[in-house]
Amino acid sequence: MTTYYNEMVDGGVVREPYAMLSDWVETMPAEIRQMKQAEAEDLFRRIGITFAVYGEGGDPDRLIPFDMMPRVFLQNEWRKLERGIKQRARALNAFLRDVYGRGEIVRAGRIPARLVYQNEAYEKAVVGFVPPRGVYSHIVGIDIVRTGRDEFYVLEDNCRTPSGVSYMLENREIMMRMFPALFRNSRIEPVDQYPEILRRTLASVAPAKCEGTPTVVILTPGHYNSAYYEHSFLANLMGVELVEGSDLFVDKGFVYMRTTQGPKRVDVIYRRIDDAFIDPLCFRPDSMLGVPGLMDVYRSGGVSICSAPGAGVADDKAIYTFVPEMVRFYLGEEPILNNVQTWTLWKEDDYKYVMANLKDLVVKEVHGSGGYGMLVGPKSTKDEVEAFRKKIEADPSNYIAQPTLALSTCPTFVDEGIAPRHVDLRPYCLCGDRIELVPGGLTRVALREGSLVVNSSQGGGVKDTWVLSE
Amino acid sequence: MKLKIIHETSYRYDQPVRGLVQSLRLTPSAHEGQRVGDWSIAVTDGERGAAFRDGAGDWIEAWTVRGPVDEVTVTISGLIETRDTAGVLRGHRETINPLVYLRDTALTKPDAALRELAQSVSGEDALDLAHKLAAAVSEAIAYVPGVTESVTTAAEALALGQGVCQDHAHALIACAHVHGMPARYVSGYLHSNADGTPHDAAHAWAEIHVGSLGWVGFDAANACCPDDRYVRLGSGYDAQDAAPVRGTTFGSGEESLDVRVQVEEMEQEQ
Repeated sequence: MTTYYNEMVDGGVVREPYAMLSDWVETMPAEIRQMKQAEAEDLFRRIGITFAVYGEGGDPDRLIPFDMMPRVFLQNEWRKLERGIKQRARALNAFLRDVYGRGEIVRAGRIPARLVYQNEAYEKAVVGFVPPRGVYSHIVGIDIVRTGRDEFYVLEDNCRTPSGVSYMLENREIMMRMFPALFRNSRIEPVDQYPEILRRTLASVAPAKCEGTPTVVILTPGHYNSAYYEHSFLANLMGVELVEGSDLFVDKGFVYMRTTQGPKRVDVIYRRIDDAFIDPLCFRPDSMLGVPGLMDVYRSGGVSICSAPGAGVADDKAIYTFVPEMVRFYLGEEPILNNVQTWTLWKEDDYKYVMANLKDLVVKEVHGSGGYGMLVGPKSTKDEVEAFRKKIEADPSNYIAQPTLALSTCPTFVDEGIAPRHVDLRPYCLCGDRIELVPGGLTRVALREGSLVVNSSQGGGVKDTWVLSE
Repeated sequence: MKLKIIHETSYRYDQPVRGLVQSLRLTPSAHEGQRVGDWSIAVTDGERGAAFRDGAGDWIEAWTVRGPVDEVTVTISGLIETRDTAGVLRGHRETINPLVYLRDTALTKPDAALRELAQSVSGEDALDLAHKLAAAVSEAIAYVPGVTESVTTAAEALALGQGVCQDHAHALIACAHVHGMPARYVSGYLHSNADGTPHDAAHAWAEIHVGSLGWVGFDAANACCPDDRYVRLGSGYDAQDAAPVRGTTFGSGEESLDVRVQVEEMEQEQ
């Protein structure tokens, strides 16, 4: 039987970071708890934060369950994670700079050329262009799971436009509003500086042609997008304009935004639109969401786009297996955070092993996300496994496989009281003139008993994530 | 050959438009087969914006026209000296890894018939194979103008058995991909057809990456490799990606297009 690491109770003893919370839970009467839970839901609904986490689709008006029991990290646990995350973000950006330049890592034989240059996310339109400060991915969301007291693994990297950070901020806000005493009595590191650091990070990558204080905007596909709430939330907190493609236009080598006071030059665009849609003159000609001519301005250094078009080549599941190699190659360091062991089905030996052990493994599509298109072997019926086997046989190179991880559990409010439920973590690393990480992130929790799938589309919820200060 | 090129494109709108934005890939780049002399792009009422060389070695200029306007003319006029390199693209400054050009697009995706056509051919080496693929495409698709459109795919053109240079190029790219050879679409001008008659339209062909030789042009529409009659403007995955002009018009006016291309050989200097 698999044993799961319980982040609250280790060896029969309540671990120090949870000591105070344990008292808090035990002294809370059931009716108060129910009242508070209803209050929290009401707050979320009033704020309007109902979008699907990580753009998973599904019902955009559905509320994602919020669990009031925080997830807690000790200072020293967090410091190690922080070093590992920053190291990874540096390596990923170095990789992007390299593969859009000379491709040294490919020439050195450390990564197969095919995986880079034939990757769907590789954009030939930006080859040879180096964005300001050589940064391609300005917000790196790294999904991490814990399997033991000192065992953390990176599950995947998100280098394009990782979403969900508004949950990190809102979860904290709501916890502070509902339980102010908890925050008076604990030394919890703040996360509310995130929008200001994000703004500073974006401003720090303004192009050299920028005159004076950089003008930053967030480009959204519009209010039909499932993450529109997050776009407007971040724009608000950063004090920058939220714009749609039709609010921007190009003229004489620059991008302008229409304002009531006339056109205003824009220096940095934090886009929440996929590459394919940002400019009909460069990518999909039928896109109505983008700005015609934007890529020409970008490639001639008139505006910065965050993340850089083409950044997605660093975060697919096939490239993922090489991130530890990137850390060694570009930084000359040993990776602080481990990858999950991954079998790539285009290799014959891996293919044989995976096909023989399907019922024990997790199999994912190389470009899939959101918990769709994957097989969780141990949780699937024989028929489901066999149906998936046929899909793999049809296109092996589209899949990778990983062992079923023993995700750690955190105490979580359930109908019967408190029970352990499996969790993961997505911190948001910011890369500009500096690399910064606020102490916290988004903890997702699989609310169904025994479930290892934390995706909100599959019954996942969210928790506030605490890092205790010294 | 010393060539003088005049290429005029006039856009007329039945009601004035608010403006337009264009990205132009209309300036040839230097390589062993061509040396560019005076070259100018003019857009009526237009302002030049971003201008840069991309990773494929193409010079790109963005132009904007602020309306209201009901007619816009883009005029290219230039001088260029060409040399026959038997289709081999040498001395062209580009940094994109050739493997990138193994990607299929909607226009170049091989279907069963294209696969069959490609697999019916074999060669002694990569260059020989490329020549034979080009010959097979020439034979399978007759040059017949007016049958296909700009959105016709390689598969559709092969099924029709008829098409123009764009269709030949797409089909050849598809066939090269079937053999795992990088291939791309090239747009440009042509001085005269194989029979010596003047070519009065823009032209297109394919380039296939042939091992150590690098990129080599193949014009399946004319069953030859580009020589000194050819002027190379730029490249891409397919006709849409390599388009000399990509633009957006703001406004609801219906557009009508008038294109005039003239490629003349200059008198020998005394």
